[in-house]
Amino acid sequence: MASTIFRSFQVHSFMLYPTSLITRRNGVFRFTTKSSQSQTETQQRQQTKVSQSTQSKKLDKIPKDYEAVIGIETHVQLSTLTKAFCGCPYNYGSHPNSTICPICMGLPGSLPVLNSKVIEFAVKLGLALNCNLALNSKFDRKQYFYPDLPKGYQISQFDVPIATSGFLDVDIPVEFGGGHRRFGITRVHMEEDAGKLLHTEGENYSQVDLNRAGVPLLEIVSEPDMRTGIEAAEYAAEIQRLVRYLGVSNGNMQEGSLRCDVNVSIRPIGQSKFGTKVEIKNLNSFSSVNRAIDYEIARQVQLHREGQEDRIVQETRLWEEGAQKTITMRKKEGLADYRYFPEPDLPAVILSQEYVDDIQSSLPELPEIKRRRYENMGLSMQDVLFLANDNNVADFFDATVAKGADAKLVANWIMSDIAAFMKNEKLTINEIKLTPDELFELIASIKDGVISGKIGKEILFELLSKGGTVKGIIAEKDLVQIVDPAEIEKIVDKVIADNPKQLEQYRSGKTKLQGYFAGQVMKLSKGKANPGLLNKILLEKLNSKS
Amino acid sequence: MILTLQTPRPLSRLPRFLPFSTNASITLNQSQPATCTSPPPPHSQILSTRHSLLSRQFSAADLLRSHLNRLNLTEPHLRSFLHLPDPSDLLAQADSLDRRIAAGEDVGPLAGVLVAVKDNICTADMPSTGGSRILEGYRPPFDATAVKRAKELGAIVVGKTNLDEFGMGSTTEGSAFQVTANPWDLSRVPGGSSGGSAAAVSARQCVVSLGSDTGGSVRQPASFCGVVGLKPTYGRVSRFGLMAYASSLDTIGCFGSSVADAGILLHAISGHDRFDATSSNQIPKFISQDVPNFLSHFVSASSFESKPLKGLRVGLIRETIGDGVDAGVISAIHSAASHFEELGCSVNEVSLPSFSLGLPAYYILASSESSSNLSRYDGIRYGNQVYADELDSLYGSSRANGFGSEVKMRILMGTYALSAGYYDAYYKRAQQVRTIIRNSFTEALNQNDILISPAAPSPAYKIGEKKNDPLAMYAGDIMTVNVNLAGLPALVLPCGFVEGGTAGLPIGLQMIGAAFGEEELLRVGHIFEQTLENCRFVPPIIAEDIAS
Repeated sequence: MASTIFRSFQVHSFMLYPTSLITRRNGVFRFTTKSSQSQTETQQRQQTKVSQSTQSKKLDKIPKDYEAVIGIETHVQLSTLTKAFCGCPYNYGSHPNSTICPICMGLPGSLPVLNSKVIEFAVKLGLALNCNLALNSKFDRKQYFYPDLPKGYQISQFDVPIATSGFLDVDIPVEFGGGHRRFGITRVHMEEDAGKLLHTEGENYSQVDLNRAGVPLLEIVSEPDMRTGIEAAEYAAEIQRLVRYLGVSNGNMQEGSLRCDVNVSIRPIGQSKFGTKVEIKNLNSFSSVNRAIDYEIARQVQLHREGQEDRIVQETRLWEEGAQKTITMRKKEGLADYRYFPEPDLPAVILSQEYVDDIQSSLPELPEIKRRRYENMGLSMQDVLFLANDNNVADFFDATVAKGADAKLVANWIMSDIAAFMKNEKLTINEIKLTPDELFELIASIKDGVISGKIGKEILFELLSKGGTVKGIIAEKDLVQIVDPAEIEKIVDKVIADNPKQLEQYRSGKTKLQGYFAGQVMKLSKGKANPGLLNKILLEKLNSKS
Repeated sequence: MILTLQTPRPLSRLPRFLPFSTNASITLNQSQPATCTSPPPPHSQILSTRHSLLSRQFSAADLLRSHLNRLNLTEPHLRSFLHLPDPSDLLAQADSLDRRIAAGEDVGPLAGVLVAVKDNICTADMPSTGGSRILEGYRPPFDATAVKRAKELGAIVVGKTNLDEFGMGSTTEGSAFQVTANPWDLSRVPGGSSGGSAAAVSARQCVVSLGSDTGGSVRQPASFCGVVGLKPTYGRVSRFGLMAYASSLDTIGCFGSSVADAGILLHAISGHDRFDATSSNQIPKFISQDVPNFLSHFVSASSFESKPLKGLRVGLIRETIGDGVDAGVISAIHSAASHFEELGCSVNEVSLPSFSLGLPAYYILASSESSSNLSRYDGIRYGNQVYADELDSLYGSSRANGFGSEVKMRILMGTYALSAGYYDAYYKRAQQVRTIIRNSFTEALNQNDILISPAAPSPAYKIGEKKNDPLAMYAGDIMTVNVNLAGLPALVLPCGFVEGGTAGLPIGLQMIGAAFGEEELLRVGHIFEQTLENCRFVPPIIAEDIAS
């Protein structure tokens, strides 16, 4: 275990919600201001996988004579039961100022006590990102005034982050050109989130919601290793996959559990000096990461080509989803002095090697390893990326294959009918009623000829929506395939007897009618006749008496 | 042996107003043996309270009424309190206690003990302003851990005491609301920043009180007011509920009129707190859990052997008895050293070459941390808000209006010291000095069991004397700041007098112990106090006012 001085706590016997204080005007803190840096916190845009439609534009936009240099800062909100330094829970979307206490409100005399889960999650992510872990790190105060920051400083890590110098491996999807990339990770550090400002249209005040204040974050800073919007978007998607695999965050971009700020600069090919970098904020999906970067590259290249590179200044730009462009948010970056100094209220974070080793050995199979394993099973890269995208899907796949089913067949079932069902019904793989055992049974039943593939699909939908077992459904609905030639012969005889006219036409040379007869036999057998046997017997019968 | 010792001047031992008249604290003393010729040594008012309550000699309501009478007489002169609760609320608490005693219920070791609390320590049922306009009328939703623990053991909080704003100052003149007077001479300051808590104990406006000590704010006023002041080891007492001034230096400390009282109060409030990550897990071992066993540590003077401190190594810090220290103070400390020798100790001078570095290092670190800790007073969530059209003006006006000039100066100094380009030259350097100081104390305490020094370079000075000379005021902290930088415990107890006022002014002796060595400090302090003859540290204001 960690020989640390931090403690986690969940229950506050004394944590009376200080309602007398927070009911300062209608339950929310208010202050009147025309803030110049107003940030809207309301973006509720659809998070998508990096969409294919954006790719065509990208290719002709990337100029041959320039190179873009892209780095990403990612904030991951940790899904700990309680906040980083107090016992309050955090639930996205709950009523403003309903999950706050004297500590996360920064009341006089309150002190932070570190939730040990934050360390555990940071170590997990640091190890998963192949970082060096600092066994001896500390917290610092980052100081600035803003109404969403109750203490006037953010507890963060400055010069000794918990993890440094790692890397992340990414497989670029085939439709974007494919290939494997390794992106460097500069550092991972722990910090606390701030609250939110709520602005009301047409009013001269802002309101403060401190529910989010003190929620633990991990900030991941990448090396400037990315060159295109797609690479950056795939990096971000891999971070999301990783935090979900590790169970340290829900990685939800719309709720702000995963936030990406990207830095973009360009330089002529062959130049080693970096160009002036521009930071882009307000990226709420992987596709906006991709599109914003490609827009920004094009903008900078354009200025460069026109000899106006001095108009590329160090600034923060905002991605406007509606206009599909970036606009200036604030200039003169880099001048802020946060007056960092070591946080005196928290002891140093000291980890033992055993603690780190224990966490290392408890890590789940990570996406990169899983992809390589699937690749070795002979699956196509498209299958590999689909299955490994969601560890629950991957677990489902693995469990089915472990029963002895053919990997490629399982992948096909999951990626086609099962995925379509999940998408239509908006369910996750853990919410559908089908189990890996039954998928295995289904595949085996088809393979053994107990049921036909067509019947198999019917059973699948039954299993997906209602559950049950393959054997049960087969028995209940009498779906066992008819493999007895005598029985099929009986049906064939009946069909031929019932269709003398068609038989005559067939025998007079219209052999296409074989399909008609086969269809009638299948219909009469309620789809249960083995198609191979059916056709063989039918042909014999049709031709024998000619 | 110290060869440089001067012959003690009689004045350093003898206050001029002997004997003093009867009052409640003396009445409580009746159960203890007293010598006829010289005044008795101070006794534990907490133990007397317990004894008189459990023996039904007095009721809690009797004790409270006696206290309120004295408070009504003294408070208009002293102005120790920023907030006094409605007397009927206090009487209700006392009555409730009396009913429990009458019913034979167990009551806590602090039952009926009247405790005053410095106003930078949060109390849920009383305002807590930190002595600042910016928190005028602010009521915290929770009790500080120290207050909570004292209440759980039966203590009754009698009010919130005055202080220099957020603990920044050495005179209590820095309060945004009022100036407190020294009970020994009303024209003098009580010291600071815990001046209200020290004056309240000195004038027996309460039995014991809580203060805070960041650079000497318990010890210097204890010295000025002639009471016992105990600054515990950093981490011994939870800081939860103490409005932060300089987090790495802040401690909650205790005032009492005897070493025993300070010790019993410390025992009540110390120990790990899950709401303070810097509070120690070390179980307080210096005093055992219950009052009867406590008595065995604090034996009465009559049962001492002839050399009760035989073998104890006492180091007198050479740098504290040189230039810039009043002759009367030096004389009193030398007398105290002689007294230690009479008790069987070996007394040697020790040198701490880094001692003079403590003051600049302290003011850089304390200002830096305070500039950050006071950022939360921004007018957004609580405290005074000044309306403005723009956010920056709202911040600026609320803070300009809310903070006093000393606080503003320290915020500015601290902001400067932490700024990019200056950090290494100031903050980082001061941290390095702090390490040197800590190491030099460790070394000195390897060779000595305790270190002694004056608690302040002078006795209490006149109100207004240093108000416009901050550097002179800062210099007065020279004796105490090093101890905070080293995180060590220190006990200040009155050891003599110098001329001044109508009855002389008390001088405090500072005893510094090893980290978490409060038990030893209290043991030695108790023996010193009980064997110090011809000294009674009861200020004239009580005798005079009650007589009139």
